[in-house]
Amino acid sequence: MADTSANQGIPEPEGTSQIIETEYEIGQDNIETQIGPFGLDIHNPVFLVSGICIIAFVFYTLALPEQSGAVFSWLFSAVTQGFDWFFLSAANIFVLFCLLLIVLPVGSVRLGGAEATPDYTYIGWFAMLFAAGMGIGLMFYGVSEPMSHFASSIGGTAAEDGARTDWAPLGAAGGDEQAAIRLAFAATIFHWGLHPWAIYAVVALALALFSYNKGLPLTIRSAFYPILGDRVWGWPGHVIDTLAVFATLFGLATSLGFGATQANAGLNELFGVPIGSTTEVILITAITAVALISVVRGLDGGVKVLSEINMGLAALLLLFVLFAGPTLAILTGFVDYLAAYLTYLPALSNPVGREDTNFMQGWTSFYWAWWISWSPFVGMFIARVSRGRTVREFIICVLLIPSMVCVLWMSVFGGVAIQQVVQDGYTAAQEAPLELKLFKMLDALPLASITSFIGIVLVIVFFVTSSDSGSLVIDTITAGGKVDAPVPQRVFWCIFEGAVAIVLLLSAGGLQSLQSMVISTGLPFTVVLLIMCWAIWKGLQAERRAL
Amino acid sequence: MFDKIMVPVDLAHADKLDRALRCAADLATQYKAKVTYVGVSAATPGSVAHTPEEFAKKLSAFAKSQAETHGIEADSLALTSHDPTVDLDPTLLKAIEGTGADLVVMASHIPNVADYIWASNGSTIARRAKASVMLVR
Repeated sequence: MADTSANQGIPEPEGTSQIIETEYEIGQDNIETQIGPFGLDIHNPVFLVSGICIIAFVFYTLALPEQSGAVFSWLFSAVTQGFDWFFLSAANIFVLFCLLLIVLPVGSVRLGGAEATPDYTYIGWFAMLFAAGMGIGLMFYGVSEPMSHFASSIGGTAAEDGARTDWAPLGAAGGDEQAAIRLAFAATIFHWGLHPWAIYAVVALALALFSYNKGLPLTIRSAFYPILGDRVWGWPGHVIDTLAVFATLFGLATSLGFGATQANAGLNELFGVPIGSTTEVILITAITAVALISVVRGLDGGVKVLSEINMGLAALLLLFVLFAGPTLAILTGFVDYLAAYLTYLPALSNPVGREDTNFMQGWTSFYWAWWISWSPFVGMFIARVSRGRTVREFIICVLLIPSMVCVLWMSVFGGVAIQQVVQDGYTAAQEAPLELKLFKMLDALPLASITSFIGIVLVIVFFVTSSDSGSLVIDTITAGGKVDAPVPQRVFWCIFEGAVAIVLLLSAGGLQSLQSMVISTGLPFTVVLLIMCWAIWKGLQAERRAL
Repeated sequence: MFDKIMVPVDLAHADKLDRALRCAADLATQYKAKVTYVGVSAATPGSVAHTPEEFAKKLSAFAKSQAETHGIEADSLALTSHDPTVDLDPTLLKAIEGTGADLVVMASHIPNVADYIWASNGSTIARRAKASVMLVR
């Protein structure tokens, strides 16, 4: 007789759910072997193919830096310019789909079966999904993005041969300071609000549904079961999973690159640490080492603990900036900016017939591709920690709450920085390069050395939380959906990510090649995501019928 | 000498547990002890089962067949963990306390170089558990 008392950690009875009957046994394609003293349990061929392709890619950028540079910059502009309408339309569909799931009756389906109970408390859950989902970007763009849009908006429009050459969103706001601020925040919130979280929510929901309710392995291919049937266990599935590994690895390496440059800039500002590739390599190595400890300690002992520390520190910094800056102006700003976001939302999300091509392609389309290429990783991570929530609760928590936090974050950090320019005439943050803007903004507030230090720590910890959760995700995908693969495997991926980031950062045009790869994996993945929406719909309908 | 024997089992590799299982059964017969077979799974579908519930059922069936084969008294305890790769040891240690076992019989591999970096589950349990632990290699 199985003992099912609650304190033993076994979930409550699972209740009704619709397990998909398939001949496939999780792990049947896996190779369990021993390399030297280390045991391995890897999916054949996803592990090998993705590993070899990534190594080949790294060699290519190193061996032929000029040629690869040209290819990457062509790829970058071809994807962001040729498919801007596609990215924008797809992201709109994801938002609408998620909002529909909140209001429709299928929202009552519970992930993990009708009577499953949540594995994590709200705080732990929320900290993990937030730290994995945005993390470092908030530190990097929190000050710099509103400021960039503000500067380009107030500069007004400029045109050459009938095409806009300025980078301002929509019709800009030449000379009108208040309108420029509203437009800048509307555009920033647009990029960090509902749309990215809807993208994550779609992937996370698909994975959670097909894994917890349908009994399929926790890999991206499972969401395609309603369409491909048992063929997902063959080549089509291998391709989907390999793509997911690419997207995750390059997405992570890009973030590692951003994080290393920003942490380096901050350390230079604060302690005079020299800026250069040596420092960045040391930083990435140190960060990878911490991430390594975290993955070895596991989901509860490492990742969750770090995420919670991180959220605490971020909240502290947010509150400090809020109260040290012009508190009232920021809070009224928060409401204003939210209103501006809603006002401009239809125009900003319009995929066709836009005049602001630079803004739409260089910012929006890049962001959407970036979020989409991050989505297998963030989505899978969110899925793994979301068992026991209803679909409605899940979407509200993944879509609305993080969006609001992003709005708040941007209003506070960007708001203070813009206030400094507009009211105090303090332009250090405006003139600083992207990675330094945050620290320059903090400089003008009291206790600058302490807050800047917290800022650097946050950059680094956000980084670690992305790196460790990313390693767990890649490990699971390359182990055919097994979450109990041997420890050396996750250690391997963690080190591999750090190594790819270092190698590419050292090569000429490294960050750009990384970004191009992120964008290029984002494109096919958008198609994957659109199909996922349909699969989710089918899956949820079946669950509802079973209730 | 022993009243309750706990045997951690990995259902995915039940074929490799033969020696440990026979050893536990022999000891149980000798001391008229009850055997509890303990298995740990993740909440996500795995190679053994699609849900924790199915896992518990399979483990229970496993315990039953052991009881019949060896003529011993046996039950089972299925546990779930968020991250079994890492949480296996602490989960088993809790289970030892929870079941009140005074002897743990578990299979372990022959130590190799990797054990200097990651101790085998068996050695961690032997080091930390209050109960007697017998590792079958």
